[in-house]
Amino acid sequence: MSQIISIKGLSKTYKSGFEALKTIDLDIEKGEIFALLGPNGAGKTTLISIICGIVTPSSGSVTVDGYDIIRDYRATRSMIGLVPQELTAEMFETVWATVSHSRGLFGKWPDPAYVEKVLKDLALWDKKDSKLITLSGGMKRRVLIAKALAHEPSILFLDEPTAGVDVELRNDMWELVRRLRNSGVTIILTTHYIQEAEDMADRIGVINNGELILVEDKRELMRKLGKKQLTLQLHDALDAIPASLANHHLVLANDGSELVYTYDSQGPRTGITHLLTDLAEAGIRFKDLDTSQSSLEEIFVGLVRRDR
Amino acid sequence: MNLPGILAIYRYEMARWVRTLLQSLVSPVIATSLYFVVFGAAIGSRISEIDGVPYGAFIVPGLIMLNLLTQSVANASFGIYFPRFTGTIYEQLSAPLSPIEIVAGYVGAAATKSIILGLIILATATLFVQIRIDHPVWMAFFLVLTAITFSLFGFVIGLWAEGFEQLQLVPLLVITPLTFLGGTFYSLSVLPPLWQTVSLLNPVVYLVSAFRWSFYGTADVSVEVSLVMILVFLALCLGAVWWVFKTGYRLKS
Repeated sequence: MSQIISIKGLSKTYKSGFEALKTIDLDIEKGEIFALLGPNGAGKTTLISIICGIVTPSSGSVTVDGYDIIRDYRATRSMIGLVPQELTAEMFETVWATVSHSRGLFGKWPDPAYVEKVLKDLALWDKKDSKLITLSGGMKRRVLIAKALAHEPSILFLDEPTAGVDVELRNDMWELVRRLRNSGVTIILTTHYIQEAEDMADRIGVINNGELILVEDKRELMRKLGKKQLTLQLHDALDAIPASLANHHLVLANDGSELVYTYDSQGPRTGITHLLTDLAEAGIRFKDLDTSQSSLEEIFVGLVRRDR
Repeated sequence: MNLPGILAIYRYEMARWVRTLLQSLVSPVIATSLYFVVFGAAIGSRISEIDGVPYGAFIVPGLIMLNLLTQSVANASFGIYFPRFTGTIYEQLSAPLSPIEIVAGYVGAAATKSIILGLIILATATLFVQIRIDHPVWMAFFLVLTAITFSLFGFVIGLWAEGFEQLQLVPLLVITPLTFLGGTFYSLSVLPPLWQTVSLLNPVVYLVSAFRWSFYGTADVSVEVSLVMILVFLALCLGAVWWVFKTGYRLKS
């Protein structure tokens, strides 16, 4: 895959002195879904805003498909659609008018057939003549997406797209994102919902305090940082872990009624067989067992904590 | 050039105007009609002719200017302030539009609206008084030039304002007094010499004077001087807009 966005040495310090972005280097691959994860105030929106031309960078450069975002702003901005975090839209306009307006702003002549397709894809067609002020929050969010797609962009930025959206709409939205990706659109999204990044993204970047802590293929990330735990519920509670089991690094939990074994599920040897043999030899019986994998959320919280 | 973009802004602004036609068109026309009734018919009948023009007809160019100035400023300032206030400005800023194109869309629409309004007020005036236009081409020229200049001025105010109060401040505290003291209802020659000199500091004097000249061929200030003053003000407004976009003042952080 080739790069569609290339960010080099990008930084932003606001007039107030707040350093929103320290030096950011990042490449976005063409056609991928890239999730930018980070707590509030980490710099996600500032990064997106710079690429879209809303915020001026303090230093560094960004190219989109080889074009510089400042020198060749017409070329880069024509390629980009932005769905902002806030539900800001022309409240007294109809859905049809506001989406058509967006298409025009981005330099495209009217194409009612295309706008109709976008509205139908987003289940907004029956609302096309409704004023935005009469729509629910979820519907307004869809309108913002329709506006961002109105000029047929090849890159779509979604800044916290599912904040305040119900489960059904969220699923619809991700379905749409998948369809867009399949049609070749590159998608960069920021989210608080780690589950979404886990479900949707190809690659994940974690940003905290204006710094990209890590950028990794999602599966690689899960594999690298994804520990698995085996919990054994014991027949008889233990006061302490027998010396013969010391090399397994077990942890006693739940008042001695559970033994927890942590292992790398992707490793060549998990050590489970060995552990079970040793347990049998030590005469420790168990009534149930359970395995669990650390989620991206745990990985994320761990990373952000470590960075503090 | 992003022509669809300019047209999108222009159409959007015009559509907003049509939606609020009662406020944007009917109310200034009613207000102006009342001026004609009060100043033209009731009081005007007791005032002698000024420079050979009946008082009712004399005030017509000034009244058109009064509306042209206030509406140009109001339309353009609100047009750009509202998206800043609601946050929808993100779209214009992220669109492939140059500053000139954004200004062309907003200022073009604001000027169009006030020119239409000016012409409607002119038509309304003919119902009350008899009007003569000696230099129609110059009349149209001054109408368009003033509408564009003050729409630019309004655009700057809309960028500067940080609240609805500030948005009203300049039209209320600057434009209206300047217009009333700018010879809308009188000829400068009726003022004491000192106030005549002070009045020359008021840019509206030149606008009203030149515009009235295009109607009746008489002016308080020579037309050439007026034209230069209007162009200077236009250049100042253009300079301010250029500076705003260059620095990103109140637009980009």
